Amino acid sequence: MFEIRFAGYGGQGIIRSGIIVGKAASIYDNKFATMNQSFGPEARGGACSSQLVVAETKVLYPYVTKSDILVAMSQAGYDKFESELKENGILLYDEDLVKPKSDRVNTTFAIPATRFAEELGIKIVANVVMLGFFTAITDVVSPEAMKKAIPDSVPEKAIPLNLKAFEKGYTYGKNLKKPA
Amino acid sequence: MKADPKSVLTGVYYIDGDVAAGWGALAAGCKFIAGYPITPSTEAAEAFARVAPKAGAIFIQMEDELASIAAVLGAAWGGAKAMTITSGPGYSLMMETIGYGAMLETPFVLLNVQRGGPSTGVPTKTGQADMMQSRWGSHGDYEIIAISPDSPQEMFDYTIKAFNLAEKYRCPVMIMADECVGHMTEKVVIPAADEIEIEPRNFYKGSAEEYLPFKPGSDLIPQIAKAGDGLNLFISGLAHNEKGYPVKKDEPRGIYLKRLIDKIQKNKDKIIELKEEETENCEVVVVSYGISSRVAIKGIDMAREKGIKVGNLRLVTVWPFPDEKIRELANRVKAFVVPEINYGQIVFEIERCCDGKANVVLVPHGGAGVHNPQDICDAIELGAQKEKKSEGIIEFKTRLEKLVFEGNWSAKE
Repeated sequence: MFEIRFAGYGGQGIIRSGIIVGKAASIYDNKFATMNQSFGPEARGGACSSQLVVAETKVLYPYVTKSDILVAMSQAGYDKFESELKENGILLYDEDLVKPKSDRVNTTFAIPATRFAEELGIKIVANVVMLGFFTAITDVVSPEAMKKAIPDSVPEKAIPLNLKAFEKGYTYGKNLKKPA
Repeated sequence: MKADPKSVLTGVYYIDGDVAAGWGALAAGCKFIAGYPITPSTEAAEAFARVAPKAGAIFIQMEDELASIAAVLGAAWGGAKAMTITSGPGYSLMMETIGYGAMLETPFVLLNVQRGGPSTGVPTKTGQADMMQSRWGSHGDYEIIAISPDSPQEMFDYTIKAFNLAEKYRCPVMIMADECVGHMTEKVVIPAADEIEIEPRNFYKGSAEEYLPFKPGSDLIPQIAKAGDGLNLFISGLAHNEKGYPVKKDEPRGIYLKRLIDKIQKNKDKIIELKEEETENCEVVVVSYGISSRVAIKGIDMAREKGIKVGNLRLVTVWPFPDEKIRELANRVKAFVVPEINYGQIVFEIERCCDGKANVVLVPHGGAGVHNPQDICDAIELGAQKEKKSEGIIEFKTRLEKLVFEGNWSAKE
């Protein structure tokens, strides 16, 4: 079972990231995936997070208690959820937006996701670059499932760009030999 | 009959419980939803409104909840399957007209995505504290049916069931969901239309001269007039006779009421749905509903690992209450453990049915979250340690309560 927290700020596609991974895992990898998002005054513009539990059997407890994986797209998101990450939990972060504390070096992986997205022409696909990276580094979902879930989750004309963004992050993750 | 293919969004989706309920209503043949937006139920209305026009259905955003439920009653009498959707204070506002609906034997569905209360409470977080209100919230004596789903898939499936029950028994049917289930996103499979069974409205087909709008059939349920068929109809919230006219001075005025109660109580066996697991030789039974029944399984598994024989009884329908099942279990178990996201509602029904034969342990929760499964496990352990007799309701102290009320809790950033 994986308990996963995506954290960032409103507009970065944090909720959408949870939906895409959940969809890939439950519909295309035939696992069970329960996604919850933050609802509250902080959900618009400010800090934003989504939580996803992926398991081989029905998810009984629908929230993250201690996360196995934290995907941080903002410093505030990292600061808020770092303590929730398990001791050997995996941290994935956007290296231009988050400066993590130096402990956990063995399980910490960095990617310039937003910069890569800008190079692809539009920074709103930064979350999809991160999802490619996430898929390469962790064992939560298969890349095949992700490549089916992404087209389901974005406007039709944006599908090629999103798949390109996914590949960018995935390749970067696969080539990354060591944790950051 | 089978569902209309135009109304069924057949496919496999990753959607939240609210959306699933909106789509379930459409699949059930709902042609009219009136509502007023309120967190955490708004997404259900939005989901329905987006897809309704293609299926010839209507969504109206009314000026408030009072108007919403009144419009639903009107639509139902106009011939449409109808529903309203609300939460929290909106549910309270609807209470008077829910009783009117029950009195007129109007088939309609109400989705309440429960949130933290009372008053404005915690709009964006979960609660299960409207359960007694769903049963007794309107004045007077009446019966309703309430269903409590535990997943987005069930939000779809049981919304259809709610419509079918409303048509069959001509009464308000409440889907007593909660924020956790409403806002939880999971895989939902929507089958083909010909795999969905729909209860059609039981319209009167006899002669206009002989029509009595509240004359029951052998199942205690009257047939309903189809608007436009030319039947003479008088419907009133006043105590009425079979003709629908207010009962006269010399008529026994209370007698009309018995059938409103009996049509549900005497058909209980057909209405009640329970999920029962390993209750044959257990010493403790956990009784729960909605999201709590899902979290409870985790606590039950933990207790079984410790060697405690625990059974699980999930109330899929909460109302009418399964008295007989609880009575039967009370004869042989030491204790019932009842986790609910309130400070005691359904637990009192269980205590009543126990009749002093077993202990009842309440695992309370003040809302804005779900139970810690460890608390449920500990409560099971407490129940298993007790003698087989009754000490009344034993209130279990949860970990969070101990922290807060013993002064060891402080607000984090």
